[in-house]
Amino acid sequence: MEKEKTSYQGQMHLLQKDMMGRYFERVTRAAEAGEGKAVYMLISGNPVELIQAFDLIPVYPEIDALQLAVKKSALPFIQKAEELGYSMDNCAYVKADVGLFLGDRKTPFATIPLPSLILCNYVGCNVYLQWFEHLAEYCSGELYNLDIPFLRDPSGVPSKEDIVYVVRQLEEVIEICERLTGKKLDYARLKAIVSRSSETGDMWSRIKALTKNIPSPFDAYFDSVTMMAPLYCLRGTEEGVRFFETALKEMEEKVRMGTGPLPEERFRFIIEGPPPWPYLRTFRDLFSKWGAVAVASTYSTVGGLWEFGFRHDPNHPLESIAQHMLQWNVTNRNFLQRYQQIRRYVEEWQADALVIHSVKSCRLFSAGQGDMREYFTKELNVPTLLIESDIEDPRYFSEAQLKNRIDAFFESLEHKKILHAGAEAGGAA
Amino acid sequence: MTTVENLITSYRESLENSPLQIAAEYKHQHPDQKIVGCYPVYTPVELIHAAGMLPVGVIGAGNRLEIAHADSRFQSFVCSIVKSTLELGLTDKLNFLDGIVFHSICDPARNLGSVFKRNFPNLMVEYIHFPQNMTSPHSIDYLIAEYRRLGASYEQLSGKKISDDRLRESIAVYNSQRSLLRELYAIRRESPQNLSTVECYILTRIGTLIPPDEHIGILREALPELHRRNEKPKDRIKVVLEGSFCEQPPIELLDGLESAGCYILDDDILTGWRWFADDIETEGDPLRNLANAYINRSVYSGVKHDTREPKAKHLIDKFKETGASAVLILAAKFCEPALFDYALYKRALEKEGIPHLCLEFEEKMWIFDKARTEVETFVESMLFD
Repeated sequence: MEKEKTSYQGQMHLLQKDMMGRYFERVTRAAEAGEGKAVYMLISGNPVELIQAFDLIPVYPEIDALQLAVKKSALPFIQKAEELGYSMDNCAYVKADVGLFLGDRKTPFATIPLPSLILCNYVGCNVYLQWFEHLAEYCSGELYNLDIPFLRDPSGVPSKEDIVYVVRQLEEVIEICERLTGKKLDYARLKAIVSRSSETGDMWSRIKALTKNIPSPFDAYFDSVTMMAPLYCLRGTEEGVRFFETALKEMEEKVRMGTGPLPEERFRFIIEGPPPWPYLRTFRDLFSKWGAVAVASTYSTVGGLWEFGFRHDPNHPLESIAQHMLQWNVTNRNFLQRYQQIRRYVEEWQADALVIHSVKSCRLFSAGQGDMREYFTKELNVPTLLIESDIEDPRYFSEAQLKNRIDAFFESLEHKKILHAGAEAGGAA
Repeated sequence: MTTVENLITSYRESLENSPLQIAAEYKHQHPDQKIVGCYPVYTPVELIHAAGMLPVGVIGAGNRLEIAHADSRFQSFVCSIVKSTLELGLTDKLNFLDGIVFHSICDPARNLGSVFKRNFPNLMVEYIHFPQNMTSPHSIDYLIAEYRRLGASYEQLSGKKISDDRLRESIAVYNSQRSLLRELYAIRRESPQNLSTVECYILTRIGTLIPPDEHIGILREALPELHRRNEKPKDRIKVVLEGSFCEQPPIELLDGLESAGCYILDDDILTGWRWFADDIETEGDPLRNLANAYINRSVYSGVKHDTREPKAKHLIDKFKETGASAVLILAAKFCEPALFDYALYKRALEKEGIPHLCLEFEEKMWIFDKARTEVETFVESMLFD
């Protein structure tokens, strides 16, 4: 049984490793052999479809920073940036990336090329604007701020003017890409790419719905990460589609077999906030020992939110890229929309609790999470745990402190479960 | 004491105790007057005014408000002004407001807007997304639509229509206010011994708390007297101050910086209430004029990202135009925009050979010895170099 589980997980993981390996090889070739031109973009709601249509190479400084953190090599870069005047209190993703950018841009996973275009897709995160502004000052790449109006209307949807504004800007990005590549946009090709994004979104959304099963076939936080890289770097490509076909099949098989990521699923929780990349495994183990599985996470919707029905529309490629950027990702939605997103997860994914992982670096996510806790505990009676560390900076991870809080939380949750079961049994008798 | 000195002393006390008290008292005396709070940095106050309401700057709570509730909602790594603003709300000190407006200046301020919406359902909470694409010709049309949406919201709150003529009148009123503030700043720039930064600050800050006409009256009375002042310059270095565009440094700190040996010739304090270097057009389409002013003629700040010029250009220009001999960066603790800016400022200032000192402050701070010592040391190094 255990053996089968491993082999099912293996396929998807191997494929992911293989694809990301090839992606980083392409990135490295651009840096070292000048093959192709790099476009820097940010993860949140990005228009990668346009970049794929021009055969430009999407490079994501966030993914580079993330990889540095996972490989435990971020700190020297962070410190280098701090020596240059960046504050202890600035986002460490930016600092790690700046430290890397101002050096030889060599990492254990790739050599990062200089950008031909620095395309700042300003989707929610204000730090994005500064991050790319800084990179642009450090090199000769052209900077374009693709401004995405925040979802500020009580209806939670973008206005007609918002959509027009974004589409007009996308047309300007197309002009820049045409100039960079010397090629006209092949509209039919863009439609085909957008169509593959739509397929990918559909499969991703079906994969995410599978965690409604008990037990959940995978961990929607720790395992989703495996699927997020192809979703962002390779969305709109053939191999991206193939990856998600494999992933969906594997996960459906796990549901049929009734297996999950842990030998026993004892608690189902929703997790809000980005993960502590430098200590991901340690962090995961703190939950696994309690049999706690994340059945949904807001972090896995940073790049796009497909599980509530959004699909790219190949017949209206620019409009649907605009919709994706404006409305269908967690970062451009207002804070109260995030409360509602989590509420849906708690209810529809049948969770026992909410865990808020507050990271200092990302204030977009974290600022005000105390109010979120207030809402879930006081208004909705959902047991909620708020813990703090960081997404990138290893200096903010205190294992002992996190362990104490997590243990105390699940102990009390277990106690409640026993009482509840007792009351139900008593009621039945 | 002269009239201006009396005025400044009395306002200083209110500002130090509880900055919004002045506006709350105004509401008490004019219960029918609707008031809309404006979180920093930029607000098109003209729209609020043209709807017959009073825009009031909600720019922190100073250092005498105890934060007892808001720190359980916003973490320790979030700046003071976000917490003090929420604390004001949670302790019923914003009850005199009918509405409040937040903007896309930074992530904590943006989330604060949502937290306000949930916690204060009776308050009309608005949010402006200012365009951050200054190169697209479509940004102006977007901003016009955004202002139109905001205007409709204010018409609903006030029950009054914003006609083009009313809006033009409001633009003219605030043009006058801003032009007088420019005159005030010019006095300090030309002869800082005749106008201290604290005086300049108080005379500007009260304009965020009372009707613009009254503020215009005060400035018109004060300016001639200030022009007549003829103090002897002290042996101080002349600096330009940058980084306090949102959260405000305590008045005692501003005092301390100057008495430690600086004349501050220019600053970006309260920049949102004096955000245009010249008048906004009053002829033609007023909404278009307002939008155009933001995109093409508003002063720089750490939360307006203009890719048309390098980040530090405005600061170096200001340094050169004022004839200062150093730059003082005064950034709010945990303020990501200001702290990020500093990295680029540092690089540019060093390249230009401009001496600078970077200090962090918090609006809630009340011990200033350390900052003062740092400035004194810096000044000494400049004077005796």
